[in-house]
Amino acid sequence: MTGHVLLVEDEPNIAEAIRFILARDGLRVSHLADGLEALAAVRGDRPDLVILDHMLPGLSGLEILSAIRADPDTRTVPVMMLTARGRDREAAERAGADRFISKPFSNAEILAEVRAMMNR
Amino acid sequence: MPFNLLVFACILYVVFLFAVAFIVERRAQAGRLGWLRSPLVYTLSLSIYCTAWTFYGAVGYAARSGLEFLTIYFGPTLVFIGWWWLLRKLVRIGRQYRVTSIADLISSRFGKSNTLGVIVTVMAVVAATPYIALQLQSVVLSFGVFASVTPDGVSPPDPGSTAIWVAVGLALFTILFGTRNLDAKEQHHGIVTAIAVEAVVKLVALLAVGSFVVWGIADGVGDIIARIDASDLSAWQVEPGRWTGLIFLSAAAVITLPRMFQVMVVENDDEGHLARASWAFPLYLMLMSLFIVPIAVVGLDRLPAGSNPDMFILTLPLAEGQGALAMLVFLGGFSSATSMVIVESIALATMISNHVVIPLWLRLRPKAGAGDDLRLVVLNARRLAIAAVLALGYGYYQISGGSAALAAIGLIAFLGVAQVLPALLAGLFWRGANKNGALLGLLTGFVIWAYTSFLPSFGPGAMLSEAVFTQGLFGLSWLRPQALFGTEGMDPMIHALFWSLTLNVIALCLGSLLTFPAPLERLQGAAFVNVFEGAVGPQRWARGQAEPEALLTMAQRILGEDAALTLFQSAARDQGKDGFLPDPTPAFLDTLEARLSGSVGAATAHAMISQLVGRATVTVEDLMAVASESAQIMEYSAQLEAREAELTRTAGALREANEKLMQLSIQKDAFLSQISHELRTPMTSIRAFSEILTEGDLPPEMVTKYGQIIHDEAKRLTRLLDDLLDLSVLENGTVQLTLELASLQQMLDTALTAARQTRPERSFTIHRDLPSEAIYLKTDADRLTQVFINLISNARKYCDAAEPELRIAVRQRAGRVTIDFIDNGKGIPKESQSLIFEKFARLTDANRAGGAGLGLAICREIMTNLGGSVAYLPGQGGAAFRLTVPLRLEKLAA
Repeated sequence: MTGHVLLVEDEPNIAEAIRFILARDGLRVSHLADGLEALAAVRGDRPDLVILDHMLPGLSGLEILSAIRADPDTRTVPVMMLTARGRDREAAERAGADRFISKPFSNAEILAEVRAMMNR
Repeated sequence: MPFNLLVFACILYVVFLFAVAFIVERRAQAGRLGWLRSPLVYTLSLSIYCTAWTFYGAVGYAARSGLEFLTIYFGPTLVFIGWWWLLRKLVRIGRQYRVTSIADLISSRFGKSNTLGVIVTVMAVVAATPYIALQLQSVVLSFGVFASVTPDGVSPPDPGSTAIWVAVGLALFTILFGTRNLDAKEQHHGIVTAIAVEAVVKLVALLAVGSFVVWGIADGVGDIIARIDASDLSAWQVEPGRWTGLIFLSAAAVITLPRMFQVMVVENDDEGHLARASWAFPLYLMLMSLFIVPIAVVGLDRLPAGSNPDMFILTLPLAEGQGALAMLVFLGGFSSATSMVIVESIALATMISNHVVIPLWLRLRPKAGAGDDLRLVVLNARRLAIAAVLALGYGYYQISGGSAALAAIGLIAFLGVAQVLPALLAGLFWRGANKNGALLGLLTGFVIWAYTSFLPSFGPGAMLSEAVFTQGLFGLSWLRPQALFGTEGMDPMIHALFWSLTLNVIALCLGSLLTFPAPLERLQGAAFVNVFEGAVGPQRWARGQAEPEALLTMAQRILGEDAALTLFQSAARDQGKDGFLPDPTPAFLDTLEARLSGSVGAATAHAMISQLVGRATVTVEDLMAVASESAQIMEYSAQLEAREAELTRTAGALREANEKLMQLSIQKDAFLSQISHELRTPMTSIRAFSEILTEGDLPPEMVTKYGQIIHDEAKRLTRLLDDLLDLSVLENGTVQLTLELASLQQMLDTALTAARQTRPERSFTIHRDLPSEAIYLKTDADRLTQVFINLISNARKYCDAAEPELRIAVRQRAGRVTIDFIDNGKGIPKESQSLIFEKFARLTDANRAGGAGLGLAICREIMTNLGGSVAYLPGQGGAAFRLTVPLRLEKLAA
């Protein structure tokens, strides 16, 4: 499987786990911890998929998502949100997230979700 | 008697006074004044009325003018017995409004006008300068008397150099003990007690000489009376006009002399003391005057013609070979002079610093920051002023050449300060008296006094030309200084008294009747005149818009950090608030103004608060309150206002409590989801990596790396759970404390080492004062260290300064120890200060630095369990926390 995934996650260990799982499957994974940088990368690099953590320093995941959806150039980029809080899902849905994964997740679960999104 | 022995005795005596003042100061600081704060000490301190002029001069006065010297004692006696109600009102106002000097009283009464403060200050300094010179002269003269009878041929000391040594010594003594405290209302217990001791010495010396004269030289009372009858003294006639004038003058002086005001009003501890003094002080004066006439008569009789009668009291025992007695008298005179100079210069220095130096300083540096400690400026201003006042006195002594003109100067000084009396009395009893009236009256009185009494005292041709004396100013004969408006043939003293005070009063009345007072003057007038009727005056501040933090910063500049924090904390507590920032209610602003007044005077304090409140302080409502002339209505409305203010405040407190509850409820939700997030994060890593590891096919170094991550995250999970458990144990009060004696310094060392591992690692400068940390606390050392680690780690994490610094300051007071942690970052925004001790109150996401947000909540719980507290200290520049712990924690807080 090929493609470019942008991972926005401030917990370095979680980011490393996801990177490992996806890279093992052949995907190119770039990782950023900061919201503003992430927004610039989405506009510049046009990743095939954005995996966005909910709680981030600076801009929150929801704010980044809203910005992505508000920009006509990036409106269609698929976004998967990582949520730790059950009821954050509703807000993420309204902001235009395509999929959700709750922490903690199983490796198989996240891999399956990513594959499904990349194959659309 | 050898001159050196005399100098030695003087020095010994001064050292003794030093010791007395020092010990009393120490006791006052420890709050153990006991009998030192008694009516006896108060009464004795009032005896600075009797200066060297009375001590030596009274006998001379009697020898020259018979019984007229008694008028100087009659005046104060009449005031203390007959005008007791006036003194009581003065003392009440002085205590209630923290009056620092007579200039402050006048300025405060007439709309807190600093112009008036300056005028009274100048008048007081001008009138006091010759008076201080007189004291120096008396000391020099008495030295001279001893030196002239010295048989061993020691040349008499140079009067000028004696005077300068005395002036320098007095300046040092006064600066040492008179400028230790800033708040003039905190009083000078050491000095007052030293003055009381000197009062006893004076009295004992006079009584001893008197007894010696009556029973040693003469043959008892009968013989003395016979001698008096036979002497010229009995031939003196009472001149009713002059007597009345002099009695009135000394009565006015006892109220308005700066030094009398200082001991009577400013240093007063208890209104009850005044009641005792009302008969005890006249008694003291009577004892002081008891032997004056016998000494004068015997002196005239026994001593060679031409001897200075002012020195009879000293020359008589010397001529009779009573060296020890003469020494006692000398010390009595020395006491009279020194006590007067010390108190006078303190009183004048307070006026000069509060009404001249500080207003100038504030005008030049209005925006100085918190670091600019105004207290130091005030103290240094007072020190310089004391030195300057003594230098002026010395200069006057040198210029006047210690001439005979000095002898008359006592009365002239009395008349000078008496010019304040009309404004003072009108201020206390006539609500209609206003600033313009007071200004006009004071200036008129002062000018006429200077023209008719002060300047002529230098003699014709010295300050005023002879032509002015004989033909009047500008050749107008009705402007002759000693015959104003053609009133010829009057005694010059009475002439000056009559015209200066009459015109003073007329100017005061005209000024007050013809001009309209400002609202603040009316409010102050009502408050002063009705001081006994209603303790609740109309609010002088409308609900302020001042920032409490700005007020605190200002208060710290003037009162000092500790006093200001204590004041603000107790005000906040009275309002039912935690921390150090009370609401700027009118009542609080009044309290604050009163406290500041005690340090820098009413006018300056008012100006400083106005600057921060930022608008006119008197509102339409206040004006309406003033307009109702009936005191009862005003008092009633003031009560209503107070009640309404109380209701508004309660409503405000409720609203605040409600807001806090809502915030807490939001926080509780946030707490739960935060816990969930904090738990899920490590769990996510652990689960992901354990799956990766079980799937196999990894190179060994990856296995190690991922295993380490699992380990770290598991530890993080444990730590979070530990914190939560810790907090719940602490909150339930079920915590077990291990009490032991532990070194504060060691605890801080441990904490600093532990906190060094906090992320982010960066260089951090720590300022400690090791000697102050040498304290053994009985407490739970591990728990307290835990709090230290937390606060230090927080500083490391959140301090945003380029070169971060942390200052740890330890102080011990009354069985409690405070430990301040102050960094140099931006500090915590005001709106967050009340939240930081709540659980998960990590301020903003941008500020989060890896903790779970439980640290300060745990700290607060630990401190409560240790019988202490932790609070945010506002106004310190950076973030600042103050821990308070008991020195010895005796039992478990649970």
